[in-house]
Amino acid sequence: MKWGVVRFPGSLDDGDALHALREVMGQDAAMLWHKDESLAGADCVVLPGGFSYGDYLRCGAIARFSPIMKSVAQFAADGGLVIGICNGFQILCEAHLLPGALMRNRSLSFICDFINVRVDNAQTPFTRAARAGEILRLPIKHGEGCYVAPPEDLAQMEERGQVLLRYVNDAGAETDDANPNGSMRSIAGVANDRFNVFGLMPHPEHAVEKMLGGADGLKIFESIIEGAR
Amino acid sequence: MSAAPVALPGDPTIDAVQARAHGLTDGEYATIEHILDRAPTFTELGVFSVMWSEHCSYKSSRKHLRMLPMKGPKVVGGPGENAGAIDVGDGWVAVFKIESHNHPSYVEPYQGAATGVGGILRDIFTMGARPIANMDSLKFGSFDHPRTRFLLGGVVGGIGGYGNCVGVPTVAGEVMFDAGYNGNILVNAFALGLARREDLQSARAQGAGNPVLYVGSATGRDGIHGASLLASAEFDAESESKRPTVQVGDPFTEKLLIEACLEAIKTGAIVAIQDMGAAGLSSSSSEMAGRGGLGIELDLGRVPLREANLTPYEILLSESQERMLIVAARGREAELAAVFEKWDLHAVVIGRITDDGRWRALWKGQVVADVPVGAISDDAPVYDRPMQAPSANGATAVHPVASVDAPSPAAALRAIIASPNVASKRMVFRQYDSLVQGNTVMGPGSDAAVLRIKDSRRGLALKVDSNPRACALDPYLGAIATVCEAARNVACAGARPAGITNCLNYGNPERPEIMWQLVRGIEGLRDAAIAFDTPVISGNVSLYNETEGRAIPPTPTIAMVGTLDDVARHLKQYFKFAGDAILIVRTAPSSLAASEYADLFGAHDQKLAPIDLARERKLIDGLVECADRRLIRSAHDVSEGGLAVALAESCFNPGILLGAEVSLGDSGHSAEVLFGEGPSTVVISAPIENVQVLHKIFVPLEVVAIGRVTTAGRLKIDTIIDEDVATLQCLYEEAIPGRLNQS
Repeated sequence: MKWGVVRFPGSLDDGDALHALREVMGQDAAMLWHKDESLAGADCVVLPGGFSYGDYLRCGAIARFSPIMKSVAQFAADGGLVIGICNGFQILCEAHLLPGALMRNRSLSFICDFINVRVDNAQTPFTRAARAGEILRLPIKHGEGCYVAPPEDLAQMEERGQVLLRYVNDAGAETDDANPNGSMRSIAGVANDRFNVFGLMPHPEHAVEKMLGGADGLKIFESIIEGAR
Repeated sequence: MSAAPVALPGDPTIDAVQARAHGLTDGEYATIEHILDRAPTFTELGVFSVMWSEHCSYKSSRKHLRMLPMKGPKVVGGPGENAGAIDVGDGWVAVFKIESHNHPSYVEPYQGAATGVGGILRDIFTMGARPIANMDSLKFGSFDHPRTRFLLGGVVGGIGGYGNCVGVPTVAGEVMFDAGYNGNILVNAFALGLARREDLQSARAQGAGNPVLYVGSATGRDGIHGASLLASAEFDAESESKRPTVQVGDPFTEKLLIEACLEAIKTGAIVAIQDMGAAGLSSSSSEMAGRGGLGIELDLGRVPLREANLTPYEILLSESQERMLIVAARGREAELAAVFEKWDLHAVVIGRITDDGRWRALWKGQVVADVPVGAISDDAPVYDRPMQAPSANGATAVHPVASVDAPSPAAALRAIIASPNVASKRMVFRQYDSLVQGNTVMGPGSDAAVLRIKDSRRGLALKVDSNPRACALDPYLGAIATVCEAARNVACAGARPAGITNCLNYGNPERPEIMWQLVRGIEGLRDAAIAFDTPVISGNVSLYNETEGRAIPPTPTIAMVGTLDDVARHLKQYFKFAGDAILIVRTAPSSLAASEYADLFGAHDQKLAPIDLARERKLIDGLVECADRRLIRSAHDVSEGGLAVALAESCFNPGILLGAEVSLGDSGHSAEVLFGEGPSTVVISAPIENVQVLHKIFVPLEVVAIGRVTTAGRLKIDTIIDEDVATLQCLYEEAIPGRLNQS
């Protein structure tokens, strides 16, 4: 399958996503430029982490108006796979391709750390390589990762299984201590109701090599590859 | 074109009084008049004042810095460029430098620290290297000083705010709290970049007629006289009013500038490039022309401005951030401009290189400044300031003499491990992205950071250290001890120390005892750098670190970079396997002088022990050999807190709960052995079968097998300490957040 990683001005983990896909996983992946409208035939589009447009105005608020986002929205509407990591998640929420919004961390400071997330729905194109309930150890690094949505939306999302990842402790339980940013219902990653668009605050692309702290992030990318076979 | 430049309407009268207001002495002003054979214009006076400031000209330190070893078989590129470089193998060179942003960070901590990071990054990518790591050495006043919390929050916020947004990981650092910095904190920012050797750029102008391009942010009124009036003068009651001299950072633009510059360099159309740092357009233009022995002419009317009505004086002195000056190959300007336009950045031709050796600025068709290039770029006065050792061998009491009620060893351990200088700085480094770019093998928290070099098996280890308490006792030995510690930290990660960058933070050099501290510090740095074969490839001097006549402790900050041929052989500080032998290797018995124990409980020892550099070198070589031959499983330097704290920290393996059971013999009951910090000791763990060979490797140093790694989760030292490791770790982790949350 073909991957496209979008580079916005201020994207930072674009090169890391490309490295994970190409060098670690041997995938056919290309960088896409935000001023272009072409997705270059990608089967899965990655919106990477970073500070697109410096996070000015609001995280992701300016990037959603980049020319390429029209194509990404159309691609998603046609059922194409889109994954947004960290800033990419924020952009997807701003673009209304995913429900909810990301607010400042409860601590009001940036947090960089390895945390646990639990896979709550393993029947999706983004999680099928994991077991339901499996705990993945992934890094987070963000200042605005507190996920919020209206209660009725949350209820509906949970009913449909759109919450794919939650922050948990070592025992797999959602606790206040294990919730790094104050996200509602410990939500770390959500999909849209068609399950072809996925956003998450943790960085799976930074957890693909054991020497760099773990390889649990491979599960996310392997799921996508498995579905394409 | 030799007509005298014109004065502009509204320019003040130029005389010695005006010169003094610009921070120039009467003698310096007379020299300027002599060079020009006339009085300078107001614009020229401004330029001289920043270029001849201590911060830009190193006029007090220059003579003494020449004694440092700057060459070596692995040093690439000549001195005088923006940053030095070391060959790290496989065609890669590491470019690194450390710089102070002390006064701006005290006056406006968030922006001061943020722009410190931004400035040092530009010094790296202007060399053609992609910045891949940041470190910071931070010194605050006493933890309970009323301003410390505000400054800590602001500085850490600024470093994170800039570094995180620009996409360069902050991988290591140090934070210290000491009353000596109550009125003058230190913020020393380090950056390291990697380049292919053939891509290294120069800041030496060539080719008369070549166009000069201004790229990056527009110029505003921020930072005017940052280098002269803020950085090169003591603090006093008025210093708060200098806040407007602090620049404001825009890390988003810096990120675009990094990508655009690295892409522009690939075109081959760049002849020379330099960032507009301290003294902005004045320094970058004159220094590039000066290095090439050429002249330069700038049309200030073409400089992109943030607001109308900036004067030539303001344009030349502005320290607005995220700007670079480029000498392009003639005829290829458009090619370069296209790259910057792709990244939505300004790229404007504002002048050209000339062959007349003049630095000339035009404004609305008239010459407003016309001086010899060398007069501002190279020929600033060099002073041989008087120096004088203070009485009593220069020793300043840095801690109480002795404690009346010495605590029990266990109580002392618990107190020291929870002291802010020893306790975990996780609360600080958790606010920094240490992972971006995907090279971080070991981030903050161990002795040194370890980075891999992609597409090779190689790696780098880096650490920044300082030891102001030791330097206060003896500025020469203290500087040596600092270099030794930095080298040990890098070697404890398994890397061979390869090069040094330094930031020399001292008080007012016009006081003979401060000048003496500075020179003794440079001498110590020289001797240690020679002993380790680690050339000093770049550096920065920060003087006038005083408030109302009180100087900071002498603080040479040393950043050491080491190389690993095989990054998979790096070491961490944590014990790994129960049953492994625990050993200490030491160069000399330890002493309580300048230790954290002495600071908390007092000590008679007020004199640093001599340091035998040959033995220090043996320790480093032995550690590197042990890592390379995979003979040991962990190595941890004994530093703040001493041996007992180092043993506890070695047990704090994040992956597995372990303990240690050790015996130090009868002498182990003394505070000197448990909590002494110098000279050098390293704690290592190794499989039992390797113990014999370790003794041989470290000959003639003392190697003592002191115990075993256990599964028990307790730290036992003879019968005097028996502590639960998890409890100690909790004290260690919670100390700083707990104290910040009080009140």
